[in-house]
Amino acid sequence: MGFPDRIERTVELAHPRASVWAALTTAEGLAGWFGNEAQVDLRVGGSVQMAWTGGPATDMRIERIEEPSVFGFTWHIYGLPDDDPRRTYVEFTLEPAGDGTRLTVVETGFAQLPEDAYRKAFDGNTEGWASELGELVEYLNAA
Amino acid sequence: MPPDIEAIAEQVFVALADPTRRAILAALASGGPATATDLADRLPITRQAIAKHLALLAEVGLVTAEPGERRRVRYRLRSAPMQVAQQFLAALARDWDDRLDALTRQLQRHSGTASSG
Repeated sequence: MGFPDRIERTVELAHPRASVWAALTTAEGLAGWFGNEAQVDLRVGGSVQMAWTGGPATDMRIERIEEPSVFGFTWHIYGLPDDDPRRTYVEFTLEPAGDGTRLTVVETGFAQLPEDAYRKAFDGNTEGWASELGELVEYLNAA
Repeated sequence: MPPDIEAIAEQVFVALADPTRRAILAALASGGPATATDLADRLPITRQAIAKHLALLAEVGLVTAEPGERRRVRYRLRSAPMQVAQQFLAALARDWDDRLDALTRQLQRHSGTASSG
């Protein structure tokens, strides 16, 4: 079947790296193509918050900043529950290509799942609602 | 990657490909743990067929049997394998192609040139 752990794309852009860098790392730039609204705290460990009109929002954690060549962040895996700790890593690499820029994006980590995390997710979920409902019953009985 | 992650995702997709098993999983998701008899009352499927599918689902870890007397064994949905399958779907849904097209258009708009990306 081939579990897709890694996504990679390269595009040639007819714009200098500084322009591409700004589109990737500033609130104004990101809001123009990635989301509808963006807030950026541009430092390693800082966050990028993105929102889509009438849609989801996401919080990215910046992991790598090497202006103007590497920008990396981790983010939530869309489709998983909000409290799921698993995140994928996205890295943009900008290389000069003539007058323009060769932009490569690599996203990895879709197939991450250490055995203990799997066990924990399983145990947590099988017990989750049952124990919460049990606690609710106890709470109501005590009242 | 853990050696079993692909097998887990595949078992979810195989399970969901069958309409009877989808109906059983959907009933457990919406109504909570149930016995084979409960499910036979709710679904247009014989108890025997339901028991057969539940055994298969339990074998691949999509449902788990709670301890009980034979006919009163209740089956409960296990969400962990579904979350693995969701990861697979998330990778397919990332859609970097559309995003990078949008980035290319954005850069063209900003620079005011009509160069092709």
